[in-house]
Amino acid sequence: MITIDAKDMHYKELNKIIRENIASGIKNFFLENVNGQYYIGDGIKGDDITITVNGVPGNDLGVFMDGPSIIVNNNVQDNVGNTMNAGKITIKGDAGDVVGYGMRGGRIYIRGNAGYRIGIHMKGYNTQIPVIIIGGKVGSFFGEYMAGGVMVLLGLNNSEELAGEYFGVGMHGGTIYLKKKIDFSKYSKEVEFLEANDEDMIFLKKYLIEYANDFNLQAEDLINGPFYKIVPSSARPYAHLYTSSAL
Amino acid sequence: MTKSSFTNIQSEYLAVIDHAKCVRCKRCIQNCGWGTYSFGGDKIIADHSKCVACGRCYTYCPEGAISILKNPTVMRENGNWQDYHIKNIWRQSETGGIAISGMGTPLKYKKYFDHILLDACQVTNPPIDPLREPMELKTFLGKKPSKLELDFNEDDQPVLKNPMPPQIELATPFIFAPMSYGSISLNAQKAMALAARALGIVMNIGEGGLHDELVPFGKNIIVQVASGRFGVNRDYLNSGVAVEIKIGQGAKPGIGGHLPGEKIGADISRTRMIPAGTDAISPAPHHDIYSIEDLRQLIYAIKEAINYEKPVSVKVAAVHNIAAIVSGIVRAGADIVYIDGFTGGTGAAPIIIRDNVGIPIEIALAQVDQRLREEGIRNEASLVAAGSIRSSADAVKAIALGADAVAIGTAALVVMGCHICGKCHTGNCSWGITTQRPELTRRLDPEEYGEKLYNLINAWSHEMKDILGAMGVNSIESLRGSKERLRGIELTDSELKVLGIKHAGM
Amino acid sequence: MLRLKNNFSIEHDIAGCGLCGIINIRKIRTNGEDIKKAIALEHDRGNGLGGGFAVYGCYPEYADLYAFHVMYDDLAAKHDTEEYFKNNFIIEKQESIPVFKTSKINDHPILHRYFLKPKSDREDRLLHDLGDDDFVVSSVMLINSEYDGAYVFSSGKNMGAFKGVGYPEDIADFYMLDNVEGYMWTAHNRFPTNTPGWWGGAHPFTLLDWSIVHNGEISSYGINKRYLEMFKYNLALKTDTEVIAYILDLLIRKHGLPVELAMNVLAAPFYQTIEKMEPKQKELYTALRQIYGSALLNGPFAIIFGYPDGMIALNDRIKLRPLVAGTKGDFTYIASEESSIREICSSPDIVWSPKAGEPIIIKTINTENISQKQRLIIS
Repeated sequence: MITIDAKDMHYKELNKIIRENIASGIKNFFLENVNGQYYIGDGIKGDDITITVNGVPGNDLGVFMDGPSIIVNNNVQDNVGNTMNAGKITIKGDAGDVVGYGMRGGRIYIRGNAGYRIGIHMKGYNTQIPVIIIGGKVGSFFGEYMAGGVMVLLGLNNSEELAGEYFGVGMHGGTIYLKKKIDFSKYSKEVEFLEANDEDMIFLKKYLIEYANDFNLQAEDLINGPFYKIVPSSARPYAHLYTSSAL
Repeated sequence: MTKSSFTNIQSEYLAVIDHAKCVRCKRCIQNCGWGTYSFGGDKIIADHSKCVACGRCYTYCPEGAISILKNPTVMRENGNWQDYHIKNIWRQSETGGIAISGMGTPLKYKKYFDHILLDACQVTNPPIDPLREPMELKTFLGKKPSKLELDFNEDDQPVLKNPMPPQIELATPFIFAPMSYGSISLNAQKAMALAARALGIVMNIGEGGLHDELVPFGKNIIVQVASGRFGVNRDYLNSGVAVEIKIGQGAKPGIGGHLPGEKIGADISRTRMIPAGTDAISPAPHHDIYSIEDLRQLIYAIKEAINYEKPVSVKVAAVHNIAAIVSGIVRAGADIVYIDGFTGGTGAAPIIIRDNVGIPIEIALAQVDQRLREEGIRNEASLVAAGSIRSSADAVKAIALGADAVAIGTAALVVMGCHICGKCHTGNCSWGITTQRPELTRRLDPEEYGEKLYNLINAWSHEMKDILGAMGVNSIESLRGSKERLRGIELTDSELKVLGIKHAGM
Repeated sequence: MLRLKNNFSIEHDIAGCGLCGIINIRKIRTNGEDIKKAIALEHDRGNGLGGGFAVYGCYPEYADLYAFHVMYDDLAAKHDTEEYFKNNFIIEKQESIPVFKTSKINDHPILHRYFLKPKSDREDRLLHDLGDDDFVVSSVMLINSEYDGAYVFSSGKNMGAFKGVGYPEDIADFYMLDNVEGYMWTAHNRFPTNTPGWWGGAHPFTLLDWSIVHNGEISSYGINKRYLEMFKYNLALKTDTEVIAYILDLLIRKHGLPVELAMNVLAAPFYQTIEKMEPKQKELYTALRQIYGSALLNGPFAIIFGYPDGMIALNDRIKLRPLVAGTKGDFTYIASEESSIREICSSPDIVWSPKAGEPIIIKTINTENISQKQRLIIS
């Protein structure tokens, strides 16, 4: 275990220290006084590594990360879990825009709200199923171009609308689960609205229990249905958009 | 809308068979990826409407019995309403679709390379004989410090104070342009990988991920990160000699990509790390880059992931304000900037974009190089120029206009048999290049075409040495950015000014 | 009117030539007789359109002052330029440069010299804080580019250039160099090939204490020029010599490279040679080429570069121009042709031709770091 005081430290130095300590076998990191350092956890590998962040980390938290866990006890900024391959990011506060862009695997659990374009172009491939769970609400373009994986929007302690406009625009893979209905006009023409079935609930249950444990919530409150399910109406939304030119 | 079975469109080409010569071997049926030919009991029958003039059939007809003719049926064409305008209106009225095509624009825009002439030495300084005397083409791509910082060792000998920033070493200033697995076949990529290794240069694998079979070629590979992030993870970023962020493409600036689901078979699915059968969509922007400071963020996200050990390149299309854009890219931390000109190739692009958006590479390059020099940051990044380099002469002119190296895309495909039919997007390429159909890709032998690619780049390198020798210099760096060795012909004052060259005779 | 400046509509002024240099390593001064004889022997290497000399140690009584040699088209130009001097410099002394009109050279600009010290409260200090050397360089560039009819052709300390349109032996007579003494002399005989010849374009080209005489045409001129422009050099003369001087100024004065390494930029070793070096050296020379590729002088050249501590001669990396050196006692002679040396020193101790791209560096004896060859020569 190592504690690093990140006060006034440039990201280049902080991340170098993390990489060097990982190379020398350290598994547990506590980063104190973090404020705005970019790229924490960038490209690091190893399922047994945990980084706990106190303070607000900078953009691209966990970018290209492949296995480790990051726990943030505060809010986070933009681009969390960018192109992440595996691992877990747990955020006690709110998240900014573009969470999980191109994410292929691992989990991102957000206790609070998240911004625009959450889960954009999320993928999922083979046995890798990326999962993002948002406790609060999200902005517009939720699940834009979503190609795989799972997102869950819980809307806890929130009387407002769960999501902004252009919900699931360009979605062509993956599944979004909602704990509350949203205005139908917000759904893009590429998605279908269904009710979650038993099979869905079996899948969701293990993630929701983990989420509840991470944030000291009652698992039953989360699991109790009904849940709604948004899926793409086609894996080929643009199949008829083009015609061959004469030249 | 219901679709009409009636079509106004005449066949573009006529596949004419000389039945007296034909021995009914059916090779044409087998070779044509488009289904033009069938056997009608006693003779070969051609469905002209399917022919794209890709040249495969007559190349492989053992009797020379096939001729592909342009359909002589007259379109009521005039100088304003051209053939393709009329045909595209018909097609689009039938399908409601966006007209797409493969390859760079076929329209006759002015090609500036064809209006630039090179210098040679006569008397006052001597040409150099490139066959006997040394002639250096070695090129390093990457950031260079503006000055040398020295330390002195115990023997008082100067040594480098800091190691040089990471560089890509090229034996000759050519690279194979990014073309993804998916847009082209794996065999086509392998041919380029083999050639790159033999030549001591690099290929760029494009945005479709790194296939297992290309992993051993890491020292000759640039990996790409595009907006779709296909196959991108930390190991991928570390698997080549450099990482390139693809922002745009000359054939379709500002437009994303879209590999249709039917092309995503098991192998491509594995390489791109996406499920089989779904569309592979590359969004128009990177959704973590909405502004120049975001580009810096992604450049350094990658540098952190590769521990600052390799250069990071940024590929952009040449658009109107390219000089300022590239200046921003360089200041954002890119070590290499790849500029793709207006006539650059593509696997598929909406023709409305391909034929109307962007500016020529010659102009873009001249302006970018000048701007970086004026700002005193030309050393901060290397420039790679692309966008239909058709010969070593184009390459030499590009380098004299300021490029460090040039990228070869379409020319490499032509080596593999491409006839520039422009139908890459259909996935039926008879040459096995822009297709994933196994019966077609199988015919592209990576060894055979790897050797031909090697020959081409070798030939062009020899020609480049000839030109350098004629100019009286023996190293490519003495040509790089030396616009003084260029003269324009048939160019206006504005064109000369923007290119930064003088008219012939001046 | 005589031409002082290169206002011909050309991009690049080129010339063929002959060169000579003489140095006494103990700084014993001699007059201009020998150098004139030596360069006169190379008469046929020029065409009468440019000749000149640089001499070091010629103004010992003003050794701390910048000695400006200026040519003027007319008195108006002289008046304007002197206004600039008065505003920015303390003028310790000024006078006409003594000349002797001959039938060969009877048409010449107004030639004047000034011994100057930059004022500490000069106007430019409001904007930036240039050192004296940088201020002198910028003043020379300003006058040469902005002041019509005025051209500064020498601005170093305790040295001077004497040059003009004519054969060098006639130029020597014109400036009465038999009355001038120095410990180091360089000379040049010019054969311009694309201009009719102009007074400012004759060699040596000088910048502060540095002087260059040069033979050959730089085929890489275009990129060398653009490279220097990135560092804000104004290449007004459009000559190869100017390019060489500025590259050396950049490398040695601004970037602090040892002169030996600077020479290895001008005539860079081939990669084939670099490949064979030991790792640290290989790394250094690879970096040298990567960083300074645009400063490589490509094409045929031989130069003699004079600076207060000595003289360096260098030819291009595939030896397309001749260069010969010889020594006799404390004297070292360098020339385009061996006969020039023999003309003034009939039995030198040794005579040799340097290898392609290998600099001959002759430093005056009170400076350290004497090269192996130099040690051999001295002993």
